[in-house]
This record gives sequence, structure tokens and C-alpha cells, in this order.
Amino acid sequence: MIIAKNALPGLLDKLAAEYEVYAPVKQGAYSLYKQICNGAEADFGYVNSKIPPKGILFPQSEKLYSYSVTGEGTSLEECVDTRKKVIFGIRPCDAKSLLLMDNVFNNDKFQDPYYLTRRSNTILVGMACNDPAGTCFCTSMDGGPFDQSGLDLLLTDIGEAYVVEAVSQKGKDLAAALALGAADDSQKAAAAEARESAEVACAVNTVGLKARLDVNFYDPIWEKFHEKCLGCAACTYSCPTCHCFDIVDEAKDCNGCRVRNWDSCMFPLFTLHGSGHNPRTSGKERMRQRIMHKFKYFVDNFNATACVGCGRCIKNCPVNLDVREVLADIRGSEARSDK
Amino acid sequence: MQRNPYLPLPMKLVKNFTETEDKLIHTFTFQFLSEEDEKSFPYMPGQFAEVCVFGKGEAPFGIASSPTEPGFLKFSVAKVGLVSTALHMMEEGTIVGVRGPLGNYYPLEQLKGKNIVIIGGGFAFTTLRSMITYILKPEHRGDYGKLTVIYGARNPGLLLYKEELEEWNGRSDIDLVCTIDRPVEGWTGRVGFVPTVTKEVAPSSENSVAIICGPPVMIKFTMPELEACGFKPDQIIMSLENRMKCGIGMCGRCNVGNRYVCKDGPVFTKAELNQLPNEY
Repeated sequence: MIIAKNALPGLLDKLAAEYEVYAPVKQGAYSLYKQICNGAEADFGYVNSKIPPKGILFPQSEKLYSYSVTGEGTSLEECVDTRKKVIFGIRPCDAKSLLLMDNVFNNDKFQDPYYLTRRSNTILVGMACNDPAGTCFCTSMDGGPFDQSGLDLLLTDIGEAYVVEAVSQKGKDLAAALALGAADDSQKAAAAEARESAEVACAVNTVGLKARLDVNFYDPIWEKFHEKCLGCAACTYSCPTCHCFDIVDEAKDCNGCRVRNWDSCMFPLFTLHGSGHNPRTSGKERMRQRIMHKFKYFVDNFNATACVGCGRCIKNCPVNLDVREVLADIRGSEARSDK
Repeated sequence: MQRNPYLPLPMKLVKNFTETEDKLIHTFTFQFLSEEDEKSFPYMPGQFAEVCVFGKGEAPFGIASSPTEPGFLKFSVAKVGLVSTALHMMEEGTIVGVRGPLGNYYPLEQLKGKNIVIIGGGFAFTTLRSMITYILKPEHRGDYGKLTVIYGARNPGLLLYKEELEEWNGRSDIDLVCTIDRPVEGWTGRVGFVPTVTKEVAPSSENSVAIICGPPVMIKFTMPELEACGFKPDQIIMSLENRMKCGIGMCGRCNVGNRYVCKDGPVFTKAELNQLPNEY
């Protein structure tokens, strides 16, 4: 199927009549996924957004329920968001991150109705990466610039138009509803060529990484990684797979709401006990937790690495801490190889 | 989808009791508002719940009551932060929220036919009280062998559940050894730290399981004594604590290695903990 670029704003308008549509929007020097009211707001001249689109399903701050307590009793009101959404132009790495996040919010014992309701009401329209960034290393994390995991539709930019592939039934239904035309052979060939020439320049060797992490919790290597870390948590806030949160009350007297906010394992208060004891006292333990969680604990529990190689933690780190170098160091190998 | 695990059950505070002489630990008795509510909260000894003070927040506490005591839940809470302080000041009759039951519990099925040695220190005696009360229930008592309880506090005023300790002392189906750190006038029981007393009591490890709960320093020094008595790592059961928020394995802060204390614990055997990093 095909979408001509000049037809895209109109098509987004049509979608916005039925769905909340989220698309990349220019915000100063960078892009962010924002809800758009009309198709002209979207700007697809982006490599990826500064903050991942995970916040559309798992908002940075969200009300779980509101309550009021009176002499007669308590009333609680759940705030589950059931509106239908489309994320238009999500990158393959970010779509894959949602598959990983599903494991957390739908675990062996509990289900999170806030995330899961949004998730089942959201259609993911992916945008393949013809020109990945220098910090991208998705191909080392079991993904790729044209990876279809988790997507409903995948768009490939061929210059004047996007070639559209339906990945899931949801995607087929959406394409049918939009009455997309068929791509001709030359358009299909152009998409195939884009796929061929897309190159992720950076490779991180992960062979043996998990085996090292299985045994090196007490290794002196952890002494050094955190040395320049400021503990600012830019890495975790901008990570599409980080899901840690805090729960707080916002209330006046006995009327208010319970709210959850993104939190981060890089903060000392994250694990501080009421007694004053803290199992992760310094940056060393916190950095180790971040790496271990992504590359060992998540693998132990869900048989997948909690990193999609989007490179945001590298780009957003104020002191240039590079997870690719940390991983190479742990493996005891030379730093990553750039082609 | 199952019921929303973030929504608390409203319960009424019917008793706010000052448990210790230093007044820092209160025991709260919450009553279920309906039979239906109570049915939706089936728990076992060792589990915990998030207690929520509307307007302040919620915090996790071990359940001190036993499922054999219907109609209410009991929590003994030290005054340390925002939520616990609000609880301490709370008037009887106030409505709170309780979310749970959360976590796993002491392996009561596997413990059947075994002798049980319970070792507690300080105010970490709450879920141990639940366990003891459960075992002492006439219809359960026959399922278990000898029950030995070693319980220590800094001084007699800091022992929890004094009336029950007295009652247990007079029974023949439980061996209770209470100890305090230093001699105090009027105290006729044992004096000495829990590890030393454990050594003196020397519980047999044969067909036995030890459940140990207390401050880290007590656990550190009691472990070698249990080992000297022949207890193997899979015969020692512990209950961990970590800072928690969600209680359902999602918010990411209470993990020890790849296990979440809230969802996969808080009850672990020493053998299981030996497989995990010592980050707790």
C-alpha cells in the first residue's frame, strides 16, 4: 500500500476524528511525540524523539484514582483511560520496547489496568529508519531499523511517498478503513532498496555478556562506571524500557488523588528504608542495578534484554557515559566496533 | 482483567493501641466494613498489605493478625515517616484503605509434620505473631510438631503482645523463651542477646525448620548458631523488607537480584537467598 506525502496531513486529520493521534512534533531543536489536532502539526523530519513515546501508555505523571472521605464513608473513582489512540511514526526500537514493557505490567501475578487498557486501545504505525543515528545500536539488541516487532503497520519513506506494510490484523483493518491504494512495483522496489541501504553503523558485541553478569556482582569493575555519573536519571527517563515509578498522594485534607510518577533507580531515595538503611548506598550500587536489571535480571525473568539500542541514554547523558562502552568493558573486550 | 490491584479496600480503625513503653509502636486493629470485603481479602501468615491513610499516602506493613481471627486485620507499626506518623495520631473510627494481601507466605503446607523454631527480635515480630497464632489454633496445632519461640527485645517494655506472651508462657504446646538485652529490676526471664540465647536453647535441627525475623545484626549472629545446631540453608526461612511502592512487582525498587521482595517474597529460604546478591 502507499501513502503519498502530500496526502498525509489529510489522512492524519481523518484519523484524528476517531482517535487520539500522537505523532512527532518539532519542539525547538528536537522532536517529541505529541497529540496532534491536525495533520499539519506532525513533522516527520526526525531521527527519533528526545523522550520515548512510552509516556503515551505510561504517562510521566498519572492519576490512578481520586478519593473523598466523609463521615459516612469513602468513595473512590478509578481513572482508567479508555480512549482509542494511534501512535503515528513510532520507530521500530520504541515499538519493541512496548513488547518488553508488557512483561512488567502484565506479570505472573498482577495486571496493571492503566497501562494494559491504553495498550490494547493503541495502534502502532511504525516508521522504518532509512538513516539511523550514530548512537543507534538496535541491531545488537535483537532489533533493526526495519524491524516489525510490536507494530501494526510499517511505513517506509521512499521520497515522495510512504510504502505501507500491514503487520498485524489491527494494522490491516486500519489500512482498509483508510482505503489506502496499492503500491506499484517501482515503489515496492524503492522500499526494498531503502531497507537494503539502511545501515546501523554501531555494533555492540553481547556474546558472553549475560554469562559475565551472572557471576560478576561483586567484581571490582563496578567501582569505576559510576565515577563521573551525576545521578541525574536522564538515562532512565529517556529510556523506552525503564518503567520504575513512585506513588504519591496529592490531597487536601481527605480529598485528593493517588498519583504515580516516573521514578529512577539512579536516585538514592529510591530504595531508602524508613529506618535509614539503604541497600543501594552509592552510585556504584545504583549503576550496577541499572545495568544488571537491563542485561541480566530482565533476561532471567523474561528471556529478553531490557534495552532496544535506541541510544537515547547516550545522547542525553550530560557527562557522556556510554552504555556501549560499559557493556564492552564488562565483557572484557575492546570498546564497541564502529563500521 | 482481574480487579484493579491499586484500589484499596476501605476499613475502619477500631483500636489504636500503644504497644510499647517508648510509645513508638502502636498496634492498629482495622475492621472490614462488610462480609464481602472480608471474603475479598483471603490471607496467610507472612503476607503484608499496603495501608493507606487518605490524604497522606500508603506504606507496606506485615499483617500481624492471623486468618484464624476473623473480622479484622492487625498491624504493629513503628512511627518513622509520614504515613506511620499519621496512623499513630489517628482517631479510632477513622476510615483507612488497605490494599492486599500482598506477597507470599510462610510455607505452611510444607511445614506440616515438622518442628518449628521461631526466632524474632525487636518489633519484627508481627508476621511471626500471625504464624504462632495460626499454628496454636486447635484445628492446626496437630499438623505441626514441637513449637519453640525465641523472642528478644532491648528491655521488657519493648516486647510486643505482652498479654499473649503471658498466655503462651502458660501453655504446654509452645516453648516460649523471651529475653532482654540487659538485666532490669523485676525481670525474671532470660537476659542475653538472641544469638546467645539461641545457642543456649540449642533447638534440634532434626525434622525442623527455623523461621527468623529481626534486625540485620541479630540475623547475622544468629545464623552461625543455627548452622552449629545443624540447620541447613533450606531449613532456614527469612522474611525480607525493602522499600516498596506498588507491592505488585512493577514499580521496580524492592528487587534483590532478579526477584522482587513484594511479589516473589517477602518469605525466602536461606538457600534461595544464597543464590541472590546480598543487596537488602
